[in-house]
Amino acid sequence: MIEVRGLVKRYGLKPVLRGLTFEAGDGEFVALIGPNGAGKTTFLRILTSLARPTAGLVSIAGLPIPGGESQVRRLLGVVAHQPMLYGDLTAAENLRFFGRMYGLPDLERRLTEVLALVGLTRVADELVRAFSRGMQQRLAIGRAILHRPQVLLLDEPHTGLDQEAAVMLDRLLSEVAVEGRTVVMTSHDIGRAHRLADRVDVLSRGELVASLPVATTSLAQLTSTYQQVTRV
Amino acid sequence: MSEAAERTDRTTAASGQLASGWRQYLRAIAALVRKDIAAEVRSWELVGAMLVFSLLVILLFNFALELQVQLRSEITSGVLWVTLTFAGTLGLNRAMASERERNSLDGLLLTPVDRSALYFGKTLANWLFMLLVAAIVLPLFGLLYSTNLVSPGLLLVVLMGTAGYAAVGTLLATMAIQTRTRDILLPILLFPVVLPALIAAVKASDGYLQGLPPDAIRPWLNLLVAFDVIFVAVAMMLYDSVVQE
Amino acid sequence: MKPMPAGLRVLTGLTVVLFGLALYMVFVYAPREVVMGEVQRVFYFHVAAGWVGALAFLVVAIAGIIYLTRGGRRWDHVAVASVEIGVVFTLINIASGSIWARPIWNTWWTWDPRLVTATVMELVYIAYLMLRQGIEDPDRRAKLGAVYGIVGFISVPMTFLSIRLLRTIHPVVIGSGDPTAEGAFDMTPRMLQAFLFSLLTFTFVYASLLWHRLRLQSLADRVEELKLRVLSA
Repeated sequence: MIEVRGLVKRYGLKPVLRGLTFEAGDGEFVALIGPNGAGKTTFLRILTSLARPTAGLVSIAGLPIPGGESQVRRLLGVVAHQPMLYGDLTAAENLRFFGRMYGLPDLERRLTEVLALVGLTRVADELVRAFSRGMQQRLAIGRAILHRPQVLLLDEPHTGLDQEAAVMLDRLLSEVAVEGRTVVMTSHDIGRAHRLADRVDVLSRGELVASLPVATTSLAQLTSTYQQVTRV
Repeated sequence: MSEAAERTDRTTAASGQLASGWRQYLRAIAALVRKDIAAEVRSWELVGAMLVFSLLVILLFNFALELQVQLRSEITSGVLWVTLTFAGTLGLNRAMASERERNSLDGLLLTPVDRSALYFGKTLANWLFMLLVAAIVLPLFGLLYSTNLVSPGLLLVVLMGTAGYAAVGTLLATMAIQTRTRDILLPILLFPVVLPALIAAVKASDGYLQGLPPDAIRPWLNLLVAFDVIFVAVAMMLYDSVVQE
Repeated sequence: MKPMPAGLRVLTGLTVVLFGLALYMVFVYAPREVVMGEVQRVFYFHVAAGWVGALAFLVVAIAGIIYLTRGGRRWDHVAVASVEIGVVFTLINIASGSIWARPIWNTWWTWDPRLVTATVMELVYIAYLMLRQGIEDPDRRAKLGAVYGIVGFISVPMTFLSIRLLRTIHPVVIGSGDPTAEGAFDMTPRMLQAFLFSLLTFTFVYASLLWHRLRLQSLADRVEELKLRVLSA
């Protein structure tokens, strides 16, 4: 589903990604962990088509970036640190707006469905600026899956959430992932990555330095490998 | 078929149903305009600020120029358009700033619609807000200075002038919010560039107010039309470069 | 450090020679103008500087278009270098216009279309530099700069047209008043030669300054590269 080969990204002369090679298959949940400045957010931004690669090959569902961005975007759902929502509109209005922008055929029905899925039916007609951070992130996930994307990209979605909200988010992610989607999530919480994902990849200084399937790697093994490969 | 393949088929089928084509393009523009209007009606941030600012500017001009009650028409159109220009800057700044706040511009960039639709949606909304402000400022101005400003010719100029302003302004505002010097930069970028439209708008307005013959006004209207058409076309083509990293 | 390429050396040398010749032509060869006197000689440099300002502006727009359609940081460097040169020469144009106006029409400023347009162009140049200054990411800087360069290049001629239209419809007497006021004088053949020669010289000055500036930029880039390599080693 996602194929990345030799991805290089430079900001001016400064390299951030140095020849990254990465793969995620259909329905796979990959967690991407790494220290700050490793390039996780940059990598994710390129996958979302918000940033362009300097060099290398990126393709999602066979569609290349750059080149097939418009079609790729139809297949992507994105959740970032910032909720990307409109505070002056209600939850329902936000979803309705994005539904229209995506050209969703069964908008109203899907809207109700999604609100129920993320547990926000009761506050559907409340202004988003009154929402807690946890509620905003849930709505952000709702927006991300509204158009039934095949791929879900999440950039440290648990940032700023309290324990209860984080647990709710985890449950939501598992449910949503099970629907056959490919999920790539960046995080710097190793435990959470181990809990949610099928595979954990480690990014350090712009390169992929380890890739461990969760089924055959214990949390302890994962933690020690991480410390090893990210040692300066 | 394997379970995974079945799942993929289902999700592909679902997302394959997303509308596309020019009808969706227009629907997206409509959605953008509706969204901006809905958000504005909740808070009246933009129009409110523009209105108050306009009134303050008119007040300032009154005392700075010691204007008489019966205003000379040359001054009327000048004061009017300078007021709209300044207030417009405020509106444009706020309009783009609100997209930056929760990073909602990224949210828009993630939708499959062509970037030019984002440009048109934003520009149309900004234009509508400017017109709303003008709709209140014009009669008010007329009241303050016993001049009748609500004439069809003048309204035409206001329509075309604000359109050109919004066309260039939206493009430049989108650029300005990406810099450190955000708010200050927009007028610096905008004013030198919008000058031809401003001059044409002032002269055409003045022409209508003075009741000049159509031949005297027409060159200014032509210039305004040319400005509008050229800049909408250019901005539409350049917008992608301005928003895409 | 890479030595100056031979072509640049030749160009620089040639430019210096041409400039010397131009000085001779303007101050010695060209005759003294009857009405305005010696001060009229400012005209040669005034117009030549204005020409460079406009040429630089055109180059900025073209470099911007190429950068946006084909990419290549080199074109962004060309644009910036051109803006820097354009700012200076347009300033020379405005200042010399002012100096010329003072003794002739007893005013430091005439609202003449060409002078006003030059000022507007200068403001667009300055806005361009301020825009770039406020952006961290070099690629973003290049892109937005290119866009603004194109927008400015379309707008400035329109400004000129609108002010000219203003003058013809409203012949107002401010200062000199006359819309062709940029020194209406007849040029003798010698004057014309001096004029054309200074245009040529200033074009060479532009070209060599541009090349030097581009070379400076690539040397600066080298330094950046080396710095990064040392820091990440």
